[in-house]
Amino acid sequence: MSQTLKQTPSQTVGPYFAYAWTPELYGRRPLAANRLVTRDMAGEHIRIEGVVYDGQGAPIRDCVVEIWQAGADGRHAPGAAGFGRCGTDDAGHYFFDTVKPGACDPGHAPHIAVTVFARGMLSHAFTRLHFSDETAANEADPVLASVPADRRDTLIATRAETPGGVVYRFDIRIQGDGETVFFDC
Amino acid sequence: MDTAVQEAEGDFTPRDWAQHPPYLSPLYKSTVLRSPSKPLIPMKQGLSVRTGPVFGHDSLDPLDHDLTKNGRVNGEPIGERMIVTGRVLDESGRPVPHTLLEIWQANACGRYVHRWDQHDAPLDPNFFGAGRCLTDAEGRYRFTTIKPGAYPWGNHHNAWRPAHIHFSLFGPSFLTRLVTQMYFPGDPLLPLDPIYNGVPEGARELLVSRFSIDVTEPVWALGYEFDIVLRGRHATPMEG
Ligand SMILES: [Fe+2]
Repeated sequence: MSQTLKQTPSQTVGPYFAYAWTPELYGRRPLAANRLVTRDMAGEHIRIEGVVYDGQGAPIRDCVVEIWQAGADGRHAPGAAGFGRCGTDDAGHYFFDTVKPGACDPGHAPHIAVTVFARGMLSHAFTRLHFSDETAANEADPVLASVPADRRDTLIATRAETPGGVVYRFDIRIQGDGETVFFDC
Repeated sequence: MDTAVQEAEGDFTPRDWAQHPPYLSPLYKSTVLRSPSKPLIPMKQGLSVRTGPVFGHDSLDPLDHDLTKNGRVNGEPIGERMIVTGRVLDESGRPVPHTLLEIWQANACGRYVHRWDQHDAPLDPNFFGAGRCLTDAEGRYRFTTIKPGAYPWGNHHNAWRPAHIHFSLFGPSFLTRLVTQMYFPGDPLLPLDPIYNGVPEGARELLVSRFSIDVTEPVWALGYEFDIVLRGRHATPMEG
């Protein structure tokens, strides 16, 4: 297929997206939320949470994290947990209540696709979240294998059992020490 | 919420970095600490990213496409009424049908509804400034709104953003996601704007809408056209 047109360039979301993207505070209906799970949804119900940091380790409060995932059966199906969107708060914190996805690509470990937008990011960044309790699957995962070994842990969310349920911690460091691996795909 | 799932046939063409701004663009100061410093790692496209959410009419409210109506409290919003329309296409020129667009913008005075916006310009009680719509079968979209005003920002001395409308698009997969800004022809602030100038030379002009007398509606509203091109698809799935 010949490519006759040029891609429209990306631009930053700027600082003032919240009333459009996460408009509950403004009394409006959101397109998508950070609670993907419903009470009866099959699979392990989990929370994913973390802080987004800039190159000096300061939390970024005008950032949006979007996720796209399969359901517990590894399928992207209508009615399953799928797309989520969460703006960071004043402490740079975000979270999603969802189900732990099953593996959806043969040979790949279970994972969630993640996109990061922020003021100061002219183009968005893609990463992916893996699960710390999937040790064997992670070791066999071709994408993790393509990442330098000393950076792999930036892609692995750490599981903790808390009184409120299972929480996976996934901090995102846009730049600098412990910089999250971002992908071109 | 997403009501269905699309699965693309074949891989998507890569992000064209001759078109998109680099992460680090020092004249836009916020990029200095918010730009990944390590090279992006190439990743083969699996099902987890070739798929994506689909939003249908149940995601929309009846006035979502008309920003002159969706924020009304006790009258009409102030400003120059305008129509923004265009097509969403892929790089091969094929329409991207039934895909969701979100827009948000300042009011005619250059003031956002957002709680952090401290610009000393009036809010308009009848203008909210955000909307959504779906493209039709030919990839066409259409919003009615008010022409946004320019606004000052703190990037450098006497910095002003050219008038713009923020656009967010999904397209057929998680990979085709695009967030951008639409500008207006002939705006003298464009050559001074580090966000616009962050885009490689030769690609910037694609962000400038065209005035159209054909889209303009007599005795009602000025018309602007803005086409958007998303990542296309390779003809066959890439193996290897
Ligand atoms: Fe803006």
